[in-house]
Amino acid sequence: MVKTTHPRKIIIEPVTRVEGHGKVTILLDEHRKVQQARLHIVEFRGFERFIQGRPYWEVPVLVQRLCGICPVSHHLAAAKAMDLIAGVDQLPPTAEKMRRLMHYGQMFQSHALHFFHLVSPDLLFGFDADPAIRNVIGVARQFPHLAVQGVMMRKYGQELIKATAGKKIHGTGAIPGGINKNLSIAERDEFLKDLDQMLKWSRESVALAKEYTVTHLKELVDFGSFESNHFGLVRKDGAMDLYHGNLRAITADGQKIFDQVDYQTYADYLAEEVKPWSYMKFPFIQSLGPDRGWYRVGPLARINTCDFIDTPEAEGARQELMALTQGKPNNITMAYHWARMIELLHSIEKIKDLLHDPDLQGVELRAQGRTRRSHAVGMIEAPRGTLIHDYEVNEQDQVTRCNLIVSTTHNNTPMNRAVEKVARDFLSGTEVTEGLLNRIEVAIRAYDPCLSCATHAMGRMPLTVEIQDAQGIRVHRRTRGVDPDV
Amino acid sequence: MAAKPKVATASLAGCFGCHMSILDIDERILDLIELIDFDKSPIDDLKEFTGRCAIGLIEGGCCNEENVRNLIEFRKHCDLLISVGECAICGGIPALRNTLPLQECFDEAYKHGPTVYNPSGQYPNDPDLPLILNKVYPCHEVVKIDYHLQGCPPSADTIWAALTALLTGKPVQLPYELIKYD
Ligand code: SF4
Repeated sequence: MVKTTHPRKIIIEPVTRVEGHGKVTILLDEHRKVQQARLHIVEFRGFERFIQGRPYWEVPVLVQRLCGICPVSHHLAAAKAMDLIAGVDQLPPTAEKMRRLMHYGQMFQSHALHFFHLVSPDLLFGFDADPAIRNVIGVARQFPHLAVQGVMMRKYGQELIKATAGKKIHGTGAIPGGINKNLSIAERDEFLKDLDQMLKWSRESVALAKEYTVTHLKELVDFGSFESNHFGLVRKDGAMDLYHGNLRAITADGQKIFDQVDYQTYADYLAEEVKPWSYMKFPFIQSLGPDRGWYRVGPLARINTCDFIDTPEAEGARQELMALTQGKPNNITMAYHWARMIELLHSIEKIKDLLHDPDLQGVELRAQGRTRRSHAVGMIEAPRGTLIHDYEVNEQDQVTRCNLIVSTTHNNTPMNRAVEKVARDFLSGTEVTEGLLNRIEVAIRAYDPCLSCATHAMGRMPLTVEIQDAQGIRVHRRTRGVDPDV
Repeated sequence: MAAKPKVATASLAGCFGCHMSILDIDERILDLIELIDFDKSPIDDLKEFTGRCAIGLIEGGCCNEENVRNLIEFRKHCDLLISVGECAICGGIPALRNTLPLQECFDEAYKHGPTVYNPSGQYPNDPDLPLILNKVYPCHEVVKIDYHLQGCPPSADTIWAALTALLTGKPVQLPYELIKYD
């Protein structure tokens, strides 16, 4: 039997009710027009509480179990916070560069995974293709060379992670104050062998994403799109820096809301609204308030917020993307894919520079801390956007408080907006058609929501879409692969 | 041609790392799809089982009612059910909350956090959200599990060795290198 308390919980005994990791509800007004769309995030872990009492040096290894899709991001964000806790402000060059190599490897594998394994089926087969073939296995059967390319690019990134973190998933490379290994000459030479191939494939991927966006521009310009603020880390000189930087937020037309803010003070600038229908909170910029202060993060937001990219090929690609909107921020949801591929290229250019850097064979792996801190924030630009880890640690080395804002959470309101926009544009009557279902998925997927941090269903979430009338009564419901039940 | 055996996979209260480890078999994925068809799995778009499956791979333990329902469903449709990784086998990191009242976890996330803005004081508590279990349960406490594959996650080689042995009817032999972890 169900035993309900507040918050609702159940004592083992399964109950049949809604299903699906991602669930969308479309609310109609009295005139049966779309009033609001809701993307419900149905997972809750309680991480901020159960991490309390754990020793701080354990955190970078433990916290990455939040997300096996981008564990390196959590590993590094936590390690950056714990560097400061341990009293280390500056890592030895070998340590910082090994971490950067790990991070760019992660960025490379994650962007390749998203584009080839998850998105390419939509682009290759079209939004309306049969879901039975519109998946990575369908791609492998019909376009084996593309599938192989995606697999090999991801593998390259995963091998870089293994060489720097010790393991492809949930490694242990970063430790408070440094790193626990360097890169041997033999390891480096292995990576150099395939580097040119990776560069070539990355260029081709940018070209593919660009061509897709430009040829379908008329259809895409408005698809799930809306104006929004953009947020991310930038380097002191305004360059994109995926590993470290200061906070910058801009409006939809490029005005700065704040700039070069030290991220230790992020809590003075951001807040997260709790809503009863989702476990995921809704972040916003405090000075603008919850209604106007929401923003986007991730590849497109990073391209919009930075002044330039410091690697030549990716910078050229960035300028082409920005030219589309005459240098103003690009607010087209589907442009995320193009932006993501530009970052893929940027990452492999960075990997190339790092592999040629003798510091990676250095032997000073760790700095000795001086004064311990009791509170520190670690931030990084993860593949899906800005990742915030904030910890307090007591004198017994135990974590006493923890606040996490993961990338997908920042994009919570934007994903809801995208769904709402698609619903307004493609809902006719009160029926969830296959076409609408597909388009909602495509719009959500543009944000590459890490459904492990958030829901955990790898971008291809089995969606259930439900329409409710003004009285909250269900009018129509459809789940992927299941006959509509009204 | 005889129909290929089907393999289904599920991610319950896991981090998706075990699924990523399946993908880490890299190019062997092309051999794998010669050997099997994927049925219900987050890797494809199939939401419901299309038929009887030879093998079900389960990542993650059970932390909410939906996980439990899903797991029972897998047991019904799969000849062999395998707990893949620590979360499925013993609850893993999510089970760290088992020592705490759920209420405290909610308070921390939705009330006390330094960036929380919650003027109404409400918790997420909507009929659209699945009910959370009081504790995180390992899979074998909910249904019968045939095999356990250790690791967090088990390596791609471990998963490959186990799958290919089971699919070709050979005994599963996992040498020490494949089952020691971290
Ligand atoms: S066992 Fe490890 S890798 Fe697998 S789901 Fe659990 S935390 Fe993630």
